[in-house]
Amino acid sequence: MNLHEYQGKEILASHGVRVQRGYVANNAEEAVAKAKQLTAETGTGWHVIKAQIHAGGRGKGGGVKLAKNLQQVEEIAEQIIGMQLITPQTPPTGKKVHKVLVAEDVYYPGESETSEFYMSVLLNRGKGRNMIMYSTEGGMDIEEVAEHTPHLIFTEEIDPSVGLQGFQARRIAFNLGLSGNAFKEMVKFVDALYTAYVQSDASLFEINPVLKTSDNKILAVDAKVVLDDNALYRHPKYADMRDILEENPIEVEAKAVGLNYVDLDGNVGCMVNGAGLAMATMDLIKHAGYEPANFLDVGGTADAKRVETAFKIILKDPNVKAILINIFGGIVRCDRVAQGVIDAYKNMGDAIKVPIIVRLQGTNAELAKEMIDNSGLAVHSAVQFQEAADKVKAVLS
Amino acid sequence: MSVLVNKNSKIIVQGFTGSEGTFHASQMIEYGTNVVGGVTPGKGGTTHLDRPVFNTVKDAVDGVGADTSIIFVPPAFAADAIMEAADAGIKVIITITEGIPVADMIKAYDFVKGKDCRLIGPNCPGVITADEAKVGIMPGFVFKKGEVGIVSKSGTLTYEAADQVVKQGLGITTAIGIGGDPIIGTTTKEAVELLMNDPETKCIVMIGEIGGQLEADAAKWIKADGNRKPVVGFIAGETAPKGRTMGHAGAIVGGADDTAEAKKRIMRENGIHVVDSPAEIGKKVKEVLG
Repeated sequence: MNLHEYQGKEILASHGVRVQRGYVANNAEEAVAKAKQLTAETGTGWHVIKAQIHAGGRGKGGGVKLAKNLQQVEEIAEQIIGMQLITPQTPPTGKKVHKVLVAEDVYYPGESETSEFYMSVLLNRGKGRNMIMYSTEGGMDIEEVAEHTPHLIFTEEIDPSVGLQGFQARRIAFNLGLSGNAFKEMVKFVDALYTAYVQSDASLFEINPVLKTSDNKILAVDAKVVLDDNALYRHPKYADMRDILEENPIEVEAKAVGLNYVDLDGNVGCMVNGAGLAMATMDLIKHAGYEPANFLDVGGTADAKRVETAFKIILKDPNVKAILINIFGGIVRCDRVAQGVIDAYKNMGDAIKVPIIVRLQGTNAELAKEMIDNSGLAVHSAVQFQEAADKVKAVLS
Repeated sequence: MSVLVNKNSKIIVQGFTGSEGTFHASQMIEYGTNVVGGVTPGKGGTTHLDRPVFNTVKDAVDGVGADTSIIFVPPAFAADAIMEAADAGIKVIITITEGIPVADMIKAYDFVKGKDCRLIGPNCPGVITADEAKVGIMPGFVFKKGEVGIVSKSGTLTYEAADQVVKQGLGITTAIGIGGDPIIGTTTKEAVELLMNDPETKCIVMIGEIGGQLEADAAKWIKADGNRKPVVGFIAGETAPKGRTMGHAGAIVGGADDTAEAKKRIMRENGIHVVDSPAEIGKKVKEVLG
C-alpha cells in the first residue's frame, strides 16, 4: 500500500526518526494557518509547500515551491491545490492534487554546508533479507546514479536473527563521509529508520534526500513509504491511511467486492482464475494482435454471482470491446462456470453489449462447451488456449 | 526414484481440520497420496478423515514417522507453522498459504536455512509426482505420467502447461509449484536442478513471471551445468505495466532486468527453448523431445 509523504513522515517520526516537520492543509486558508503554527513551533521563517500525491518527481512538475512569507504561502497553496500535477512518474494527464504539506525550511544557512544523501530500506529478494541501500548522491534520480556512478551506491544487509547492529550503522555513516556530530546523528537516524521499517511492516522506505543540515542534524526531507499489504491486518491504523482518491476507481470497487483487478489501456477485457494464468492470458491477447483492458483474477470460485460481479467491473471500462473468460477448472467445475456465465448473461441482458469468448478447460470442459453452444447467447466457446485467441481475433476483426 | 514426493512419503497436513485442510486432504487421499495424519493444536488424539490428529508436528513425527508436511494454516500463523515443521524434523515442507507478511517469511526462511529440510512455497499449488503423490491443490487428473518435469511460480498456468504436454501424447514426472511470493523456500534454479538430476525426467518446462531474478539465475545455471536436458521456458507478464503487482506479491517489475522480455532474452542466451505464446508450450516440448 502506497502512502503520501506526510503519512510516511508520521510513521517515521512516531519511531523516533527525525523528519522535516510540517502540517497538511486542504486549502489555502488552512495552509496559512498551518504555516503560522509551524513557525511558532519550529521558528522557521520560510515554508516549503509540497503537493501530496502518490508519485515522485513532484518538484520537477512544479509541485514543490518555497514560500518566503505568508502571502506566498497562500498564493502557492492556492495554485498547487487542485492542479493536475504532471511528473515523470504520473500518467500523461497527471494526478489531481488534493492536499499540500506545509513544511519547515531545513536548508537554513549555518556553520557548515548542507549535504544530501540517498537512503532506502527494502527487501533483497535473492537473500530473503532486508537491506539498506544508500549513496552520497542524494537529491537526484537514483536510477541515474546507478547507471553512471554505481560505485557510489552502497548496500548493507541485515541479519534477521540479530537485526541492524551498531557497527553497520557506523559503517554507513563513515561511508557517507561523516564525522563529529553529524556522524553521531546519522548513526541514530539509521538505527531509528530501520526500527521503523521493521515495526511498521514496510516493504519500501525511500528517503531522498536525507539531509545533513548546516547545524549537523540528520533528517528526512522526503519520505516514500510503501507498506506490505499482507501485514496490514496487524496495523489497522495504517490500513486506514489508504487514500482511494489516489487509486483507480474501478480498482477500488473491484477490491471492495474481493476481486483482484488492475486497469490497463487495451480493449479486450479478461477474467481468469489464477494470477499466472491471468498474466499469460493477457500475453496471449497481445500475441493475437490486441491489447488487454485489464488483469482480473477471480480466484477459486467462479459461480454465477462472481461471474456477474466480474462482468460488471470489467464493463465499467468504456474501452472494452470484447471479453475473454479463461478458466482452468480443477476443483472448480467447468460446467458450473458455464452455468454461471449463462445466468449472469441472462441477468444482465442488454447491459452486455460486447461479444464474450469463454474458454473453459479442465473438469467437465466438454460438457461446459456444449452448454455454452446450446445457450443461444452471443457467447463463443473454446477449449484450447490458442482457439480462444483465434476467437478473439474472429469477433474483433 | 522421484523428486520431492513419492508413494513412500509420509505426509501430514498442518491445519488438518480447517475447511481448506479438510477439503484438499480428502482430494489428496482420493488421488492415492500417503496422507498419514495431520496437526491441529488442541485436537490431538482425535481422528479426522480416518487418520490421527496430533497437537504438534513433533508428535506427528514421533507418532507416525511423518517426513513431509503440507501447510494450510492461515497467513497470520503460517510462518510459525513452517518453523514448527522444520524444528520437528520434517524433510519437505510444502506451504500453500497465500498472504504471509514478508517480515514473517524473512524469519521463517532464515530459520529453515541450515536445517535438513526443503521448503517449497509459500503461495504455491504444491508438488505432484504423477501416479504417486499429490501434495497440493492441483487437479490430479491433468497430470498423466510421463517424462516431463515442470517448475512453475503459478498454479493454474502450471495445470494449463501440464494439460498441453499431455495432449501432445506425453506426460509428467513431477511438477513443482515454487510459488509467487517475493521470498520462497526453493528457487527456480534449485527446483530445475532436482529435475535435472532425476533419471526419469527427460525434459523440463520452466514457467516464470515478471519480478525478481530467479529465472535469470536458473538459466545461467542450466548453461553452466552443460544444458544436460532440454528446457522449454515461458515467462508470463509481458503485458504487465511497471510497478504494479499482478496478483502474486512477487510479480512486480522493479527495473529493466526483471521484465518478461529481459528474462526471455537471458533464457534464450543460455540455451533454453523459450516460447512467446503460452499456447505453444506443449507443442514446443513435443518438438524438442522429437
